[in-house]
Amino acid sequence: MTPRTRRWIFLAGMAGLAAFYLWGLRGLPGFGRYPGPYGDIINRIAVGQTNATGVVSAINFEYRGFDTVGEEFILFIAATGVATVLRRLRGERDRPARDEAADRHGPPTSGAVRQVALILTGPTLVMGWYLASHAQTSPSGGFQGGVVLATAFILIYLAGQFLAFERLSPVDVTDAVEAVGAGGFAAVGVAAVAMGLPYLTNFLPLGTTPGAVSSSGTIALISFCVGLEVAAAFVLIVSELLDQALLLQGSR
Amino acid sequence: MNLAVVTPYTVPAGLMDVLQVTLLILVALGATAVVLTRAPVRQVIVLSAYGLLLALLFLAFQAPDVTLSELTVGAVLLPLLLLLGLAKVRSREK
Repeated sequence: MTPRTRRWIFLAGMAGLAAFYLWGLRGLPGFGRYPGPYGDIINRIAVGQTNATGVVSAINFEYRGFDTVGEEFILFIAATGVATVLRRLRGERDRPARDEAADRHGPPTSGAVRQVALILTGPTLVMGWYLASHAQTSPSGGFQGGVVLATAFILIYLAGQFLAFERLSPVDVTDAVEAVGAGGFAAVGVAAVAMGLPYLTNFLPLGTTPGAVSSSGTIALISFCVGLEVAAAFVLIVSELLDQALLLQGSR
Repeated sequence: MNLAVVTPYTVPAGLMDVLQVTLLILVALGATAVVLTRAPVRQVIVLSAYGLLLALLFLAFQAPDVTLSELTVGAVLLPLLLLLGLAKVRSREK
């Protein structure tokens, strides 16, 4: 195929795409106009039905809980995949403590970075924990809480060193926490089935005050499980990659 | 049906439009900047800034929960993973 014909095919394809795109845009509702009934209905009934004032969490962990199970297992499988692909292979060994070039030392982490990371670690941890455990009351949830918790561990790496990070997040522990989180979500659903209810039915008492921390039944519980799973998955992925980048040396 | 809740902290609608349009333009510029940056390490830093812009955009469009995710994933975790990948590739090249 000559460059000339290739260009013509490209231009024809682009014209077709642009035509369909513009056609599609013409059919869109106006900016900020929401035509479907679903959102308005949910907005009206969610707080009364679930006692969760965080309606987004109520949708994620209750009305569309089954979708969220799938999404959670996507992350679980991704983390498992990273751990499998990056496992220690035969012929790979730990890099010696000193860098290969004996006369060159990596620049030490600057004092300012370490100080800031140290100061931020505690608040970040509290924030993550708060987000993961308050999905029922505020615009947060397990996923947000989980990633913020994982960030706290990365701050520890920044403030100290890789070995401190490894000691705090040994792979065995993160593996177990991740499994407990992912399995916990599924188990909440199965528990409902065991009681003769449909999968993921909210079987716990909803509490009396909408928006109280103890309200909303399984929504809070599931969100917390998701928080554990997400935090552990991200810490696992980051520590596997840190391991690869900093410690392992391939013989290939 | 107007569902808007007015509180003492509510930003006037006109001001909100300005904020949203400004952020949309900044996000478009940021995405272009990410594509046009060729050096990988520099591109990761620009990508991190772009993640921050996206987080602000989501906040302006009233999705604070998505903002929190984007802030940590887009501005911190994704750049970190990419930097680690680059570090590994470089140590192989030597």
